[in-house]
Amino acid sequence: MEERKMICISCPIGCHLTVTEENGEYVVEGNQCKRGEVYGKKEMTDPTRVVPTTVKIRGARLRRLPVKTHIPLSKPLIFEAMKLINMVEVEAPVKVGDIVIENILDTGVNIVATRSMKRVE
Amino acid sequence: MYDVAIIGAGVIGTGIARELMRYQLKVIMLEKENDVADGTTKANSAIVHAGYDAPFGSNKARFNVEGNAMFDQVCKDLDVHFKQIGSLVLAFDEEDRPTLEELLENGKRLGVPGLEIIEADRIREIEPNVSHTAVAALWAPTAGIVGPWELAISYAENAMDNGAELRLNTEVTAIEKKENKFVLTTSTGDVEAKLVVNASGLHADDIYNMVAESEFTINPRRGEYFLLDNEVSDLVNTVVFQCPTKMGKGVLVSPTVDGNIIVGPNAEDVETKDEINTTAEGLAFVREKAKLTIEELPFHMTITNFSGLRAEPSTGDFIVEESKQVLGFVNVAGIKSPGLSSAPAIAVYVAETICVGILGADAKKNPAFNPKTRKKLRFEGLSDEKKEDLIRVEPSFARIICRCETITEGEIVDAIHRNAGARTINGVKRRCRPGAGRCQGGFCGPRVVEILARELKISPMEVELEGKDSHILVGETKGGAGE
Amino acid sequence: MKAYDLIVVGGGPAGLAAAVEARKDGVEDILVLERDRELGGILQQCIHNGFGLHVFKEELTGPEYAERFIDELKELGIEYRLDTMVLDINDERIIHAISKAEGFVTLEAKAIILAMGCRERTRGALAIPGYRPAGIFTAGTAQRYLNMEGYMVGKKVLILGSGDIGLIMARRMTLEGAKVLGCVELMPFSGGLTRNIVQCLNDYDIPLMLSHTVTDIQGKDRVQGVTVMKVDENRQPISGTEIQFDVDTLLLSVGLIPENELSKGAGVQLDMRTRGAIVNESMETSVPGIFACGNVLHVHDLVDWVTDESRRAGKFAAKFIKESEIIEETSIETVPGQGIGYIVPQRVRPSQVNQVLELFMRVRDIYVGQTIVVRVDGKEVQAKRRGHMAPGEMERVKVPVSLFDGPGVKKITIDVEDR
Repeated sequence: MEERKMICISCPIGCHLTVTEENGEYVVEGNQCKRGEVYGKKEMTDPTRVVPTTVKIRGARLRRLPVKTHIPLSKPLIFEAMKLINMVEVEAPVKVGDIVIENILDTGVNIVATRSMKRVE
Repeated sequence: MYDVAIIGAGVIGTGIARELMRYQLKVIMLEKENDVADGTTKANSAIVHAGYDAPFGSNKARFNVEGNAMFDQVCKDLDVHFKQIGSLVLAFDEEDRPTLEELLENGKRLGVPGLEIIEADRIREIEPNVSHTAVAALWAPTAGIVGPWELAISYAENAMDNGAELRLNTEVTAIEKKENKFVLTTSTGDVEAKLVVNASGLHADDIYNMVAESEFTINPRRGEYFLLDNEVSDLVNTVVFQCPTKMGKGVLVSPTVDGNIIVGPNAEDVETKDEINTTAEGLAFVREKAKLTIEELPFHMTITNFSGLRAEPSTGDFIVEESKQVLGFVNVAGIKSPGLSSAPAIAVYVAETICVGILGADAKKNPAFNPKTRKKLRFEGLSDEKKEDLIRVEPSFARIICRCETITEGEIVDAIHRNAGARTINGVKRRCRPGAGRCQGGFCGPRVVEILARELKISPMEVELEGKDSHILVGETKGGAGE
Repeated sequence: MKAYDLIVVGGGPAGLAAAVEARKDGVEDILVLERDRELGGILQQCIHNGFGLHVFKEELTGPEYAERFIDELKELGIEYRLDTMVLDINDERIIHAISKAEGFVTLEAKAIILAMGCRERTRGALAIPGYRPAGIFTAGTAQRYLNMEGYMVGKKVLILGSGDIGLIMARRMTLEGAKVLGCVELMPFSGGLTRNIVQCLNDYDIPLMLSHTVTDIQGKDRVQGVTVMKVDENRQPISGTEIQFDVDTLLLSVGLIPENELSKGAGVQLDMRTRGAIVNESMETSVPGIFACGNVLHVHDLVDWVTDESRRAGKFAAKFIKESEIIEETSIETVPGQGIGYIVPQRVRPSQVNQVLELFMRVRDIYVGQTIVVRVDGKEVQAKRRGHMAPGEMERVKVPVSLFDGPGVKKITIDVEDR
């Protein structure tokens, strides 16, 4: 039997969870909502995180465009994904939600713009 | 070949340069730092002393009293903030009264005008917040406050307006005396000059040692300060000193010309000439001592701390003379307090009596000399109508960069493009104050970096905070190539 | 002089929400004044996720959250001006502002909403001894450089203070290739949200050093090193505990201060505890017709609550404009008791509360399993147990108006009690 204590990051409440494993089954305690249970189990099997960062942009007033993974990315892949994200340069205009990188590292996760930027000449 | 090479562009060096420009002379200022006013000039109490405490017959006494009387005109000509607000020396004990009387007598003998000893009720009238334990005080109406770096920057600017040259990041590493000239080896190439003025502050003994065996040494003595938010600017109205006692000299509490309150300094001899750090002990000492003057000093309103090094001469007095060992080499050394107060008088004396005296007929009056700098436009403080007018002519004055101090883009651009203009973040701050307020550049820092980069045609990554290796940004994100 | 019904000072999350709400409540003539080159305020640099769970029921990043409100503002045709700095406001609701586009302008409003946000505490305010080299940044300034302007502020970083922006920047700088050596916190607990400690520090093995502080900064040009020491229960450094960090950068995340210089000029009374305006249940300040919301009022940890509060300010400003009457009613005072740092609103007029009064507050310490007790003129009316409370996390307490609406009621006191 394995037991791990962790803090749920699904929302700002930050419930203190205790997850116990027995024969491949996970039991989550300490959560105040359903999302805590999902988080606790996921953290034991395949921890994932939303990765917010930026990419280079040309033709906009700012030099960086904020982006994120549209769904959480497997934690061990974060730095590898960053390498690819850092190589990208997009061209203004951009709309919020535009896909900047599709299916990064074959994970099914897209990198999407988190704001719109107009083109300035 | 230059007529005069001045080593050091603090308030002494720049002042001398400016006064030399009243003559048709070729003058250069050599400064090892990235800006003028970067040594002791930028970190001191910013006080123009009345001049009652130096011993009769000393250089300190003479130049302080003369210098004080010159401030009004110099600051008008150079458009520098100066306020003659007067000073008090507080005695907290009847035992200290004889000290006040000695100061009064000394001051009278030196010709300091308006001195008087006042009693507790008058103290309270002038300074309602001062501790009730103060029993008497020496009132000196001619004391004042000034922007010390402002004065040096404007001296340098006015000297350059009148033809002087300034070379920054130029460290003198050797000096050779030839028959009729000096050859100075510097980090930016050789400089030849008939006369050398050694105004290198803390390093005056090191520089002098390059041509002679120096008769004096300069020892760094550190003073630490608190600067309080201008929200508490009415805490004191005058420069408030504490009576020197056997417990030490005490600390001062004073307004600054920018509306802050300055508290300090302590005095501590340090090992090296660049220990401009503050220390927990030093700050605690200032905090403790200042409570004597004002019991409830609002130290929670501190916006910054800093320290400065006094150039303490082994001789005890200012050294202002041509070297007896090396003719044509003029030492202006050991200019500790009241150095700022004495600066205008020292400048005139060194330029007119010493330098022109040596150069003789070679130094002709310069009929084109203009003693005035171009007016510095300050948006804050103008009337609504004047603000409207200014913006109509120059729209960059409608973009506020520093919201704490209400500084516009127009003021910053002007500060960059003047002679002896700003090249660094702190250079801009010292000239027109963005970042000097309560947010300490949190909001305007990135904007000032952007303006400096644009105006100086450099990358934002090349913009320095202060010295030439004090870069703010170390590269680009996304693994971009930095420095 | 141009006249408006409502002028909103600040186009960040608070100003946007307030303006939108006022328009929905029928105010036609609204102007939003923003000093930056775009709307959205600080959210534009807060590119991390975690916003909107309460307001939009989904997790958004700062720019996404801002864009929804900006879009709504534009759809509603609300007038706004960028690059415009308000110079002063007076108690007659006259505003002086300047911009490159329009120069110096004088504006008049029937109501004003103050939404100027806050600024960061600096090194100076902490009196950290040492040198003053380049490489010392407040976390928010570093965040702007990194996320919007695309520059790195350092390569080896120490963070002082565990406020949320500092924690977020620990992760941001790590993702951009910097090495973050630690996060140092003076208090025995973190000032930020627990989730940020998990996903910004723990995820990247960045140590959180509680009860430690920076006692010296070295480096004449650029930061070369930082000394950290453990502190005792009086927050004084314990000698012999020095730890030397070889870093080129020190980030400060040591608190936020509401920016109320304009408010003071208008004669608005401030609360020493929040450093923001004293407001009533309608978010109205001591000057009739001047309202305040968001971080200019008190520092929030979640933008969702800023939105809630600002909508309330927008709604009541609309009411004030339409009814233009000053309600003569004695206010009940809210009093922070034991364990409570402050309460907003500070004053309450029961007639203006729609069934339930919502009070925002911060506790002074970490409390586990303690009870928030509400008393009306000393008489207990409500007690609710909370699992976990921390100063870094704002508490909300709802009190039905029926519990305190009575003749002669003077104060509502809130305490934290161990029961």
